[in-house]
Amino acid sequence: MPAVQETVDQVRRIDVDQYKYGFETVIESEKAPKGLSEDTIRFISAKKNEPEWMLKWRLDAYKRWLTMSEPKWAKVEYGPIDYQNIYYYAAPKRAPQSLGEIDPEILRTYEKLGIPLREREALLGIQKPAGEAAEAGEGNGYGKVAVDAVFDSVSVATTFKAELAKAGVLFMPISEAIQHHPDLVKKYLGSVVPISDNFFATLNSAVFSDGSFVYVPPGVRCPMELSTYFRINERNTGQFERTLIIADRGSYVSYLEGCTAPVRDENQLHAAVVELVALDDAEIKYSTIQNWYPGDAQGRGGVFNFVTKRGDCRGRSSKISWTQLETGSAITWKYPSCILRGDNARGEFYSIAISNGYQQVDSGTKMLHLGKNTTSRIISKGIAAGHSNNTYRGLVTSHRRATGARNFTNCDSLLIGDKCGAHTVPYIEAKNSSTVFEHEATTSKISEEMLFYCMQRGLSQEEATALVVNGFVKDVLQQLPMEFAVEAQKLISVSLEGSVG
Amino acid sequence: MALLDIKNLHVEVDGKEILKGLDLTVDAGKVHAIMGPNGSGKSTLAHVLAGKDGYQPTAGEVRFNGRNIFDMQPDERAAAGLFLAFQYPLEIPGVATMTFLRTALNAQRKKRGEAELSTPEFLKRVRDVAGKLGIDQEMLRRAVNVGFSGGEKKRNEILQMALLEPRLAVLDETDSGLDIDALKIVADGVNRLRSPQRAFVVITHYQRLLAYIVPDVVHVLSGGRIVKTGGKELALELEARGYAEYQEEAAA
Repeated sequence: MPAVQETVDQVRRIDVDQYKYGFETVIESEKAPKGLSEDTIRFISAKKNEPEWMLKWRLDAYKRWLTMSEPKWAKVEYGPIDYQNIYYYAAPKRAPQSLGEIDPEILRTYEKLGIPLREREALLGIQKPAGEAAEAGEGNGYGKVAVDAVFDSVSVATTFKAELAKAGVLFMPISEAIQHHPDLVKKYLGSVVPISDNFFATLNSAVFSDGSFVYVPPGVRCPMELSTYFRINERNTGQFERTLIIADRGSYVSYLEGCTAPVRDENQLHAAVVELVALDDAEIKYSTIQNWYPGDAQGRGGVFNFVTKRGDCRGRSSKISWTQLETGSAITWKYPSCILRGDNARGEFYSIAISNGYQQVDSGTKMLHLGKNTTSRIISKGIAAGHSNNTYRGLVTSHRRATGARNFTNCDSLLIGDKCGAHTVPYIEAKNSSTVFEHEATTSKISEEMLFYCMQRGLSQEEATALVVNGFVKDVLQQLPMEFAVEAQKLISVSLEGSVG
Repeated sequence: MALLDIKNLHVEVDGKEILKGLDLTVDAGKVHAIMGPNGSGKSTLAHVLAGKDGYQPTAGEVRFNGRNIFDMQPDERAAAGLFLAFQYPLEIPGVATMTFLRTALNAQRKKRGEAELSTPEFLKRVRDVAGKLGIDQEMLRRAVNVGFSGGEKKRNEILQMALLEPRLAVLDETDSGLDIDALKIVADGVNRLRSPQRAFVVITHYQRLLAYIVPDVVHVLSGGRIVKTGGKELALELEARGYAEYQEEAAA
């Protein structure tokens, strides 16, 4: 049947690297000397005009890092990373003083990425009444979203700043927060992920260059979605962003991050740290659409994503919810976790991890129940295609004093084809008898029968696969903010292109 | 020109020949019944028409509306108007029936170069068709076939058929596992769609269904070939006498 062969060839040609964000932006940039040393750290700190305490904090981290070694327990394989062959700081040469002065090349980049930064009026600093601004998102499909855009090592634009300030919400690059709100930064930075936490978090503490800072004052419901867009552009650079979000008593904030990188033959390193702090009755909803460059069809290139994300439900009845859609990166090593410290605190983790080609994903969560009557919920959907490996790794524990702790975990894996792997590694430790932990896990293969059924109704094989996968991940997709659910759905289809046939 | 024209079709499954020189011609506007004992190749015929993997034609040809069907992918055959009502409809967890119907209809329309239906147009059409089949909105919100009873699954097949408006519908043992009420609903659905432009191939083991869907032509399939063709009275004859004589004939 010639037609069949032709289609198979077409699908082969498409293959995994339908990566639509793989373009490079040519702009002049200023870099720190290659490699890592005290001098590099002093250079970064000086560039940021940092106070002495911050430099000291970094140097402490660096000294610790020198004594640590890379963790090897994850189910991922990669060659040695040469930490001296990486640029730890790269910034566009024309440092923007205000939104209107951003290099047009960078603006065009963000435009290509389709992020809401293209709200030109906002960029030009023109103030519009709240309602009108929301409607001004012509054709971009987004509601009102405040964006902090990080390009390589520096934050280039933060939109809707003034409007947020009216509500008392602080949303700015962390480098700016270090300058203007040192007390808040000193109090919370490293309080969830200490500088000695793990190899990659310690590295980040030494060299982090930018990231977002959010503080929501007591009783304030943040009036819009907050969002950060990260992009690695420069060759051989690592991106080490640091995000710190504090929700004070009774406040609420929803935050979304998105990530992309150009197509490169070599591997790029991304080692971020995200810290969340929720005080009494506060709620933080943190969503991620991770779409770093995954490497090509042979597994060359791609981003190494070693990320430490942790939320501290420090106050009574506080709540932290992580939602992630992981489609990119050559290697993903990431476990967004919740420390349920306050009584009645609640932690949630909703995850969709899709791997194709030669991607390796080792991701999951930790729910640490310390307070009384704390509850947590984990819903993880792993989808493996091509030659990829997809591992869920999770830890649920309850402390001796955490009476009435409850967890529900559901891990489902879906295999597409017969060359990929799905693995589930749940650790459960209950240290008091009133704990109730439930765990459910399934592994299934996308069946030929199901695809044939859909195709008989007129769907192509890829449309059929996307439909089945969308059904599989529906529970998690529903957790994403509406503005991004559509984008997420498209991304799922794109990531699975070439996975069948 | 016949709508479906099968000549000397040989089909292998797992290296074993199941269809051994099958001939069948179906004109638009007609209902053909294909009856036969278990293992005679009835479901193989349905699957090879729809283009299922693993059903390998080794000789002969099949033309659908003049086109060689083996040059077409399963979804292209569907878009060209070939519909198969499954004996065992598949479950698709997490995908609402409504979403499935809409995706299918629009996928076919796109392949035919027609505009996709707007939401109100689509909803109107579904409500209309579902109402006639006694399918309520609640069922359309549930995931495709998940937790459906046997009767609901078969009704869902007929709903899809009614919505997609195929030129040729192949019903693969749609009557199996249905009680008499469900059988009547399914038959009503088929009868309502009968038209001079549309043909049906009704595959069944029993005469029961044919009391409600009255065929124009009845074929006996045995040993991978059509061994006898007659009018609707042939079905009654088979019901009374069984398939024994045809099995011997096929074996000879």
